[in-house]
Amino acid sequence: MGEFETRGQRLIALCLLGCLLFNYPILAIFNLPGTVLGIPVLYAWVFGAWAALIALMAWAAERKD
Amino acid sequence: MLQGWVIAVTSFAYLGLLFAIAYYADKRADAGRSVIASPYIYSLSLAVYATAWTFYGSVGRAASDGVGFLPIYIGPTLMIALWWVVMRKILRISKENRITSLADFIAARYGKSALIGGAVTVIAVIGILPYISLQLKAVSNGFLILTQYPEIVMPAKFGAVPLMQDTALWVALILALFTIAFGTRHLDAAEHHEGMVAAIAFESLVKLLAFLAVGVYVTFVVYDGFGDVFERAAASPALAPILTPLEGVAGSYSSWVWLTILSMLAIMFLPRQFQVAVIENKDERHLSKAIWLFPLYMLAINAFVLPIAIGGRLQFPLGIVDADTYVLTIPMAGREELLALLVFIGGLSAATGMVIVETIALSTMVCNDLVMPVLLRMKSLRLTERPDLTGLLLGIRRGAIVLLLLLGYLYFRLAGEAYALVSIGLISFAAVAQFAPAALGGIFWKGGTRRGALAGLVAGFLVWSYALLLPALARSGWLPIGLLERGPWDIELLKPLALFGLQGLDQITHAMIWSMVANVGAYVAVSLAGSPSAEETRQASLFVDVFRRSGDAGGARFWRGKASAPDLRNLLVRFVGAEAADGAFAAYARARGLAWPREPLPADAGLVHHVETQLAGTIGAASARIMVAAVVKEEALSLEEVRTILGEASQVVMYSLQLEQKSRELEAATAGLRAANERLKDLDRLKDDFLSTVTHELRTPLTSIRAFTEILNQEPDIGVAQRQRFLGIVTKETERLTRLINQVLDLAKIESGRADWHESRVDMREVVADAASAMGQVFQERGIRVELKLPERVRAVSADLDRMTQVMQNLLSNAVKFCSPGDGHVEIELCEQAGWLRVDVRDNGPGVAPRDREVIFDKFHQVGDTLTEKPQGTGLGLPISRHIVEHHGGRIWVQAGAPGAHGSAGACFSFTLPLLRDAALEEAA
Repeated sequence: MGEFETRGQRLIALCLLGCLLFNYPILAIFNLPGTVLGIPVLYAWVFGAWAALIALMAWAAERKD
Repeated sequence: MLQGWVIAVTSFAYLGLLFAIAYYADKRADAGRSVIASPYIYSLSLAVYATAWTFYGSVGRAASDGVGFLPIYIGPTLMIALWWVVMRKILRISKENRITSLADFIAARYGKSALIGGAVTVIAVIGILPYISLQLKAVSNGFLILTQYPEIVMPAKFGAVPLMQDTALWVALILALFTIAFGTRHLDAAEHHEGMVAAIAFESLVKLLAFLAVGVYVTFVVYDGFGDVFERAAASPALAPILTPLEGVAGSYSSWVWLTILSMLAIMFLPRQFQVAVIENKDERHLSKAIWLFPLYMLAINAFVLPIAIGGRLQFPLGIVDADTYVLTIPMAGREELLALLVFIGGLSAATGMVIVETIALSTMVCNDLVMPVLLRMKSLRLTERPDLTGLLLGIRRGAIVLLLLLGYLYFRLAGEAYALVSIGLISFAAVAQFAPAALGGIFWKGGTRRGALAGLVAGFLVWSYALLLPALARSGWLPIGLLERGPWDIELLKPLALFGLQGLDQITHAMIWSMVANVGAYVAVSLAGSPSAEETRQASLFVDVFRRSGDAGGARFWRGKASAPDLRNLLVRFVGAEAADGAFAAYARARGLAWPREPLPADAGLVHHVETQLAGTIGAASARIMVAAVVKEEALSLEEVRTILGEASQVVMYSLQLEQKSRELEAATAGLRAANERLKDLDRLKDDFLSTVTHELRTPLTSIRAFTEILNQEPDIGVAQRQRFLGIVTKETERLTRLINQVLDLAKIESGRADWHESRVDMREVVADAASAMGQVFQERGIRVELKLPERVRAVSADLDRMTQVMQNLLSNAVKFCSPGDGHVEIELCEQAGWLRVDVRDNGPGVAPRDREVIFDKFHQVGDTLTEKPQGTGLGLPISRHIVEHHGGRIWVQAGAPGAHGSAGACFSFTLPLLRDAALEEAA
């Protein structure tokens, strides 16, 4: 049960992190003209943060303590 | 090449393949070797979330407002992170209560209320119909556009078509037949559709591959990579809103936030998502892979949405080609026939996946939670007495599937053209979001009541209808448009799109805010204003505390009444068939340790609960309650009694926790006592051994003394020489006796801690040399060579000089005793090792066997068979030596020494003593 609770808490924390990253005001910081590697800043941010969040979720959900 | 018949044949071939997959998976499931019991299949089946709406509609939305489509996929990513806590609980509850659908879940939570189940079903059907019609629209439009190849013409331009020539109608009918074949071939007691899940997982792969293919084509074949696409978009002023999408528009952040919340709720409460995530789940451990694989799927299917949207806007002038069709029309414009066909199949798989799962889930709800409770209540039908109801159940479900698809078609025909795909989907999302307060509240809050849940559902649904459904009807021309512009009876405050003057928000955000306020408000307020009934209190406890209860039938303790086992069996047979009913009875009997049917089953609360749960798995909790109540005589429990049982239960849990604690403590104490007892027994045995050995050892010299003195006494004329020899023996034996007694006393003194120790600075080199020279005579007599390996100087130790000499003499006399006479060799070595002084005494005797190396330091232990061989010592030398060395803080042990001349192992006795700390300083000085 202990392991399941730790996993649950890590995933809840990641959900909160996601709510922060994909929301005002963090989103507004990246709402700029211009590009990163040819991709508009906002898209680069959303897709990059999304991929990073999925990686963290994979780590949290699969990790065996 | 892309004639109508080619497309039709390809589509049917694809559907045939799906059916083959489903058939294979069903066969495997019947053989007990499930193909869907895998976290990967589970994750892919969750991707039924991506429908034709995703496949065609995401591009459409991206073409007008850029990133606006993303919250619909980011929301589920955020929500699924919470699944480990929320979904695991729902899964556990659903498995224990054999929940068959979302309506069943909510109804079961609020006292198995048929009313709540019915309300949820009605809301779900009304809310989802537009969504089903959207799939029909997508497939038929896709087909119509593709048949025009190489022209690109929008279907809306065709004008009205006669009913029988409408592609969408045929699509609806084919899908209805297909779904019936998939989902209702037979009645499964557990509502599992393994074949369907396998086919859905395959469809998820097909639609992903098709979308990625067109994405790669647009990005890398038509254009020159992502950079090129965005560069061209930046060069075109018309595309500016796509690139800077959240620019200063009032309400765009709030619309983003609400879309995220909406899709977070949709991923849990869309009937098809609940079906694949909960009802079809095989193992809750699959969650840990699905938690990251499903978001990854959504990331992948969205990666190329923007390039396709930009590509479409660049290629086609605005207003000629519908942005929802860019996925299909771009390959057509590029003359890529095969790719266009693949895209159509991808869209078909997205649409069929949604329609199949959604209509199966809805038909289960319609059957179990809407039709059956009504039919069972109609006494005139005498349904409770019919012998076999499985056919009726299947018939209702099949009818519901056909009806749902025809209603979906009707919506498409009447209202479908007024909206883009995305808006239709969002209206459905907002409808199912109304289930969230009752469902989520129900699993975490015991205070929610049946009336509260009903009030919340109805209030939320009414606001949804007013703010979303009404405008949709008005825009389709079924209601006067003035209703939207001026409000009913010209009351500004009641305008459906700006309720109570809330303006500046998009339609969905506006509707979500007001419907959630109404829903949550009514749910909480009505729940708190009233109090729950006995049945509700009991179900609340079963749901909220699902992880706290142990595995026993938690619901059984709430039942009291009279029943008969054959009646219960007959009831089960009518709904699930004789085979499944007997299986359920046998399983129950096995768990009770009874050999049913030879031994009768007691018709107690446990059996009644078991039958009701089995029944609930087929006809839903509310109907099962009605059926069971019809065949058993039950006494209603009052609220007070339920509360008492719950109170008792929590007290029992507390007591059992305390008991466990106590018994753990007791066990620890018992273990301690047992160990002490063992030690005492050992000591007692040692004492006995000691006494018998001591007396034995004392008797040997005494016997010989007595024998020789008797001879001397009785034979006066014995020769002088003889007499001298005898007296010599007597003296020697007396000395041995004295030595033995001294040693026993010595050991006793040391062991009891009463020995006097005279510690001083001792140079061990001197001790070794003295002991060796004192024994010199004995060594010579036996012909034993002695070798001393002493360093130039060693640091001093603090020790009792006499005692250390005693230790050395003990070890040396042992060595003498065991060395073979003639070629014996004893070596004494002294060395310093990191703060310790080590003394080794090696001989070339027979050595000590490894198993004896510890015990020879015990009292009176002598190596070898004491019965046949004459003991060669008192057996106290080594124990005394050990006590002395350990008293000085050192350690003594024995290991194999230098091999002897006759191949004997030899023994090496070693001991260490701590070096004096200031000896080092002295050396430095």
